Amino acid sequence: MAVLDLKRKLAILSDAAKYDASCASSGSVKRDSMGGKGVGSTDGMGICHAYAPDGRCISLLKILLTNFCVYDCAYCVNRVSSNTPRARFTPEEVVDLTLGFYKRNYIEGLFLSSGIIRNADYTMEQLVRVAKLLREVHDFRGYIHLKVIPEASPALVNEAGLYADRLSINIELPKDESLAAFAPEKDLGDIKKAMGAVRVGVDAAKEPARKARPPKFAPAGQSTQMIVGADGASDGEILKRSETLYGAYRLRRVYYSAFSPIPDSTARLPLQRPPLVREHRLYQADWLMRFYGFERAEIIGEGEDLDLTVDPKLAWALRNRGDFPVDLNSADRERLLRVPGLGVRACDRILDLRGHKRIVLEDVKRLSRGLAKLKPFIVTDDWRPGGLTDAADLKARLAPPPKQLELF
Amino acid sequence: MEVVRLASETDLAGWRNAARNLRAAGVPPEAALWTVDGDASLFAGEGGPAPAAGAAPFTVPREFVELAQQVILYRSDERFSLLYRLLWRLQVEPNLMKITTDPDVDKARLFARAVSKAAHKMKAFVRFREVSDEDGEAFVAWFEPAHRVTEATAPFFAKRFANMRWSILTPDACAHWDTHTLSFTRGADPADAPISDALEDYWRTYYASIFNPARLKVSAMQKEMPKRYWRNLPEAGLIPELIAQAEARTSEMVRQAPSEPERRIVKAEPRARAAAADGRIEGRAPASLEEIAEAIQVCRRCDLWRDATQGVPGEGPKQARLMFVGEQPGDQEDLAGHPFVGPAGQMLDKALAEAGVPRAETYVTNAVKHFKHELRGKRRIHQTPNTSEVSACRWWLDHERQLVRPRVIVALGASAGLSVFGKPTPIAKFRQQGLQLPDQTQGVVTYHPSYLLRVPDADAKAKAYAMFVEDLKFAWKLAA
Repeated sequence: MAVLDLKRKLAILSDAAKYDASCASSGSVKRDSMGGKGVGSTDGMGICHAYAPDGRCISLLKILLTNFCVYDCAYCVNRVSSNTPRARFTPEEVVDLTLGFYKRNYIEGLFLSSGIIRNADYTMEQLVRVAKLLREVHDFRGYIHLKVIPEASPALVNEAGLYADRLSINIELPKDESLAAFAPEKDLGDIKKAMGAVRVGVDAAKEPARKARPPKFAPAGQSTQMIVGADGASDGEILKRSETLYGAYRLRRVYYSAFSPIPDSTARLPLQRPPLVREHRLYQADWLMRFYGFERAEIIGEGEDLDLTVDPKLAWALRNRGDFPVDLNSADRERLLRVPGLGVRACDRILDLRGHKRIVLEDVKRLSRGLAKLKPFIVTDDWRPGGLTDAADLKARLAPPPKQLELF
Repeated sequence: MEVVRLASETDLAGWRNAARNLRAAGVPPEAALWTVDGDASLFAGEGGPAPAAGAAPFTVPREFVELAQQVILYRSDERFSLLYRLLWRLQVEPNLMKITTDPDVDKARLFARAVSKAAHKMKAFVRFREVSDEDGEAFVAWFEPAHRVTEATAPFFAKRFANMRWSILTPDACAHWDTHTLSFTRGADPADAPISDALEDYWRTYYASIFNPARLKVSAMQKEMPKRYWRNLPEAGLIPELIAQAEARTSEMVRQAPSEPERRIVKAEPRARAAAADGRIEGRAPASLEEIAEAIQVCRRCDLWRDATQGVPGEGPKQARLMFVGEQPGDQEDLAGHPFVGPAGQMLDKALAEAGVPRAETYVTNAVKHFKHELRGKRRIHQTPNTSEVSACRWWLDHERQLVRPRVIVALGASAGLSVFGKPTPIAKFRQQGLQLPDQTQGVVTYHPSYLLRVPDADAKAKAYAMFVEDLKFAWKLAA
């Protein structure tokens, strides 16, 4: 086999990693390199060092250790039956690239994943080895996100948690049946068990110390990714799955990745891609579940799809007009959060302001973007929407005017 | 008109001093003019009028001081007078800073937010270039911050690159770190910075490869990485070309017919389990406990597997004299894959120890092998399995009983009672009795340990716990 130079390997193995949507470097503990030997810091916030023209943040060096893979997952460009060019880094090459990029302030750290070579345990060992080299030999204190191979032994998952800030295991597809159909070597049971093992590790590290402090374990928790539009799952089924995962495994994030055409695709998959706005609506609905106190069932029924023309909070408000208008001078936080157009920050500012003055439209104008969208749903000292809340054409008035289609 | 000359663009101390004096002297905002004089030495010590005799010192809210520290870094001539106007108004409106929708407060907050964003972008977009010398590795960056945030942001870089020598040069000021001390010098010129770095080509390779041409979102990119930063970002030069080629690359992918693998491929075996996922091992009796443990992972006799992590098999010696049957795994058991390891399991362990029953010599299992629950917010709340779920799962329990052949089976709680005895068996009525079961074993009923956790009143709790321990002792003796 021809020997590839490092730049060519980097091109192949970052190209192979780009279908993983996550690039977050947030949610970890505060630490820096003062008093150490190496470089690196995290402060919980996360930094995006660049943005690609696909609008995605580039925070980490996101690469595969290798894109050789013995699995044959239909949706994946690296499946064994694809003709994509293959490459493999040595652990030392990954370490050098990570440190070289980090010292030039290109990245927050490393997000390392891999195709399955030989078997799950061997692959997981290689991933852990890179993280261990970075932490123990180079005293690297930046962010490390490791992909967990679900079939790997629990001992390796536990070791990964000692070095990584975040662990992730991809659930891949929303429906149990489609995983069996599209990813024949994967097993939903293994995926859930691995997520369960990570949660147990994270919980144990957070327990108040009785004697010795428990070692840190993936302080930025775990996340997962679901591919949208590759199987026939409805938005309701997708969000039901997310709801279950958040509840069972305390995931920090579920990433939704609109199925995207890949080079060298398989006949088993649709060539039609879902509109990107569907992915966007799913994120909005996910946000409502996590930060706005909505139950999944309030947003969407299991067999339903989200309305692509309006955001899910506005859609909920239009269906529940009896709950409106909301008086900004008296409503509690829970009700304020349900007003379409008011974010978490705006709601908290309103609550702060109320201790000092009565809320009028002029205040709302400064607190939000777009007063016109809010007016049908709120009451202030100088405004009542009257019949506007129940106007039959309200949706048409609030839905954004149709835009010219974006060019692909 | 009072003219104040400040020592520098970011001279907060000078502004504070002058503003304090102006306010004490009763100079209204519209009568004060703020300027910056580049040559500080000429006007050193000058800071508006001297304090009026007998002027009372005054306090300001902490929010104002914090806001001023940020606002003064904003690139606008207006910032000094805006801050002074706020300070002036605070005399009669002590709560002013809380009125975040007041036009002046709002504007100052917008300035502060822009400054904090500029600091954040500096942390993101500084690009170091290596300039190694006889002392080893060192790095230099040229950067043009949107606001005057260099001094304020330098400590971030010192902490992140504590063991690296670096300098960040900007038009306003330059920051230097020698691995021990942070120092600042006057603004520099782009020509003072190195022009290239060998690794930039690798970085550009990465940037181009990680981009997915099938999802072009140029405005989203530009919102977060405004063009004003592009000229100092080595990767930004690629952007126009990447955008231009995106459409052609995507349509090529879609146009290409699905391919057949070229080379002989070595594939992993599909999961045997997935193949057996129809799961009903109906009619074929499991021959060992190991077989049961494996088979319940693919059991589809009821729907509880869908939302559970795994089937939780029983645990203990194959020939245990005593078998405990609980209701179902809980949250912790579902994650760990072992029975009675959560709060109820700890309660059971405590009671067993007190009753002198070694858990390791008993077989511990559940009537239902998957965790039934409902989501409430982000928590999984236990739900009692219904009769049909208990019956569906009896297939497994019956085989466990046949394989282990215990002398005594203890049913913990009502669901377990239903499963073990095949009918409701009230605990208060039947506890402390050996109940004959058809297979020559004796059955005992007692409380489920989680019931002991739920009894609200302390006295009742202690009483129930004592009864529970008695029942364990009774069962152990019966099994002897």
